[in-house]
Amino acid sequence: MDVDLLVVATVARALAFATPLLWAALGEVIAERSGVVNLGVEGMMALGAVTGFAVAFTTGDVWWGLAAAGAAGLAASSLHAFVAITLRADAYVSGLSLTMLGLGLSALVGRAWVGRPLPTPMRPVDVPLLSELPLVGPMLFQGQHLLTYAALVVAALAWVWMYRTRGGLVLRSVGENPAAVDAAGLPVRRVRYAAVLVGGLLAGIAGGYLSLAYRPSWGEGMVNGLGWIALALAIFSMWDPLRVVFAGLLFGACFTLAFRLQTVFPPELLTMLPYVFTVLALVFTAWRRGRHAFGAPEALGRPYLRGER
Amino acid sequence: MRRGRADRRWEPRADAPGARVALVTLAAVGVAAGVVTAVFVAYDVAPGPAWSTIVHRTLLDARGLSETVRKAVPLLLAGIGLLLAFRARFWNIGAEGQILAGAVGAAAVALFAQVPPPWTIPTMFLAGGLAGAAWGAVPALLKARLGVNEIITTLMFNYIALFAVRWLINGPWKARSATGFSYSERFPIEAALPTIGTTRLHWPTLAIGLALVVVVAVLLARSRFGFEVEVLGRSPEAARYAGIDAGRVTLLLAAVAAGAAGLAGVGEVAGIHRRLVEPTQLSLGYGYAAILVALLARGRAIAVVPAALFLGFVFAAGDVMRVSLRLPSQLPDVVTGLVLLLVAASEPLTRGRWVRVAEASQADPCPPAGAGADPASPHATASGGG
Repeated sequence: MDVDLLVVATVARALAFATPLLWAALGEVIAERSGVVNLGVEGMMALGAVTGFAVAFTTGDVWWGLAAAGAAGLAASSLHAFVAITLRADAYVSGLSLTMLGLGLSALVGRAWVGRPLPTPMRPVDVPLLSELPLVGPMLFQGQHLLTYAALVVAALAWVWMYRTRGGLVLRSVGENPAAVDAAGLPVRRVRYAAVLVGGLLAGIAGGYLSLAYRPSWGEGMVNGLGWIALALAIFSMWDPLRVVFAGLLFGACFTLAFRLQTVFPPELLTMLPYVFTVLALVFTAWRRGRHAFGAPEALGRPYLRGER
Repeated sequence: MRRGRADRRWEPRADAPGARVALVTLAAVGVAAGVVTAVFVAYDVAPGPAWSTIVHRTLLDARGLSETVRKAVPLLLAGIGLLLAFRARFWNIGAEGQILAGAVGAAAVALFAQVPPPWTIPTMFLAGGLAGAAWGAVPALLKARLGVNEIITTLMFNYIALFAVRWLINGPWKARSATGFSYSERFPIEAALPTIGTTRLHWPTLAIGLALVVVVAVLLARSRFGFEVEVLGRSPEAARYAGIDAGRVTLLLAAVAAGAAGLAGVGEVAGIHRRLVEPTQLSLGYGYAAILVALLARGRAIAVVPAALFLGFVFAAGDVMRVSLRLPSQLPDVVTGLVLLLVAASEPLTRGRWVRVAEASQADPCPPAGAGADPASPHATASGGG
């Protein structure tokens, strides 16, 4: 049936497109749940992408590349953590500078790799058993990269951890009321550090997916705003890991469907669509929830200093 | 700065002493210079002669100096605008897109509206300023009416503007002669801005930028509006009690800020390219660097001038590195990001001190400006007050 095929193909393509958004947005959800905004996602993804590519290209092993991509994101986020948490500097400026620095640095060090295809890219795989399922199999479990399936697993784990474990409760409490957590004798800043570092790791992996699997190459415009879209996704999904998956799929489906209009629209206007859609999604979120962003961590963007009201 | 001692605590204060700010800013620039030197070494370029080449070709010879000032012009205009926007806690990072919108507005007048000569250029500035203001007013309206996070919307608007310009020069406005590279038809001669001598320094845009700095400085210091902005920047709560319409002030400042960036875009197309060109060549990231200009100025309008000149130097130095030293052209981005990070990191150091707890319990600590909980209204301690 044609309609079935169209739906299956659209969901599958949407999932591939959404994978880097999922990784980066999940990371940002975790960081923001601890109360620390990191606007450096775009930069961390670029650093992850270029480092991953360089290592995979040099070693010939794509998994070393992926590890390096994650490590690069982690290292970049530690800079933000130090500036925003330890020094209590403005998190917005710090994150923004991380994006500018990350984009500049990745372009600088990546010059040698521009235009070279990766000889050993990540191969798509099928999930055993699940890929045999009718409809759902080809939609979600066939011919995707391992990182796509892993993103879904990580989202589910993050949700369970965040809402069903003590550690998750501590994380959310730090983002809501750090003073109360501090009074309970728990280390506020250590939790925030951990959350920001995990966010960086996931953003680095998101970048690695781009340069190792999605388009196995490196170019300056590779991230092209995906990091910012991931930030919007975190807001759109109300900082909920499972909603990130649905929202990411919705985003991906819209872009995929829009690209079917290729014959009608000039290509420049098509490439514009993800950004237009992101704005619309934010407007929709705000309109639905009224002026107060419901679900936002109460202490988001506020540095914690003991003894301060 | 470890906070381990029980008998002392960190006391933030509203105003940073000027000497400390200057010292910290110089240190940040020094670190950036160190990183650039390391890049020289990494690329096997002798640092001494490289720096000497850079200084000669950006500051010491007339042509080089004109290039430095020319690159400072869009930074001056966009920077003074952002200074206003940040003061109202409107986190506009969309100056890049607003520059492009201004360029499109000017190009529309130059290419299609037959405005008689003495009025061509003023009309272009008007159209470009309005186009920039309109482009910036949309995210401001969304923020004021619905509380939509302006950081992300202004940034998305940058991408939308970029692809819109690309579409224009590849589609409806494409020049008949354009093959390979895309651009619009050349502007008629009456739409070209005059330059000083044989340089590319389009002085009318520079004059507008300097005039705007003076107007903003006077307005902020002397007028009722300046007072409202000041109160709003320091405490939105107090502003509400004082009967200040925060939404209206924010919207106005955001539109003026975006309009100033639009004027910068007019200068770039009418003064340098004389046609609408590829967006990444039209603005080389001036809109992003202008954020640093506004933050370096720390709320003081006059300080935008040296800050813009410094970044103009960084951009001009980037050109020298690419052309004369054959180094990668991305260095300005790295330097801008690095200085921004260092300035942000050092901001708390300039704004507080350690005090003994006994002393602190008497004083009423001034909460840092980041006390708002609404993620839709982020704001910079680095730019508020000042």
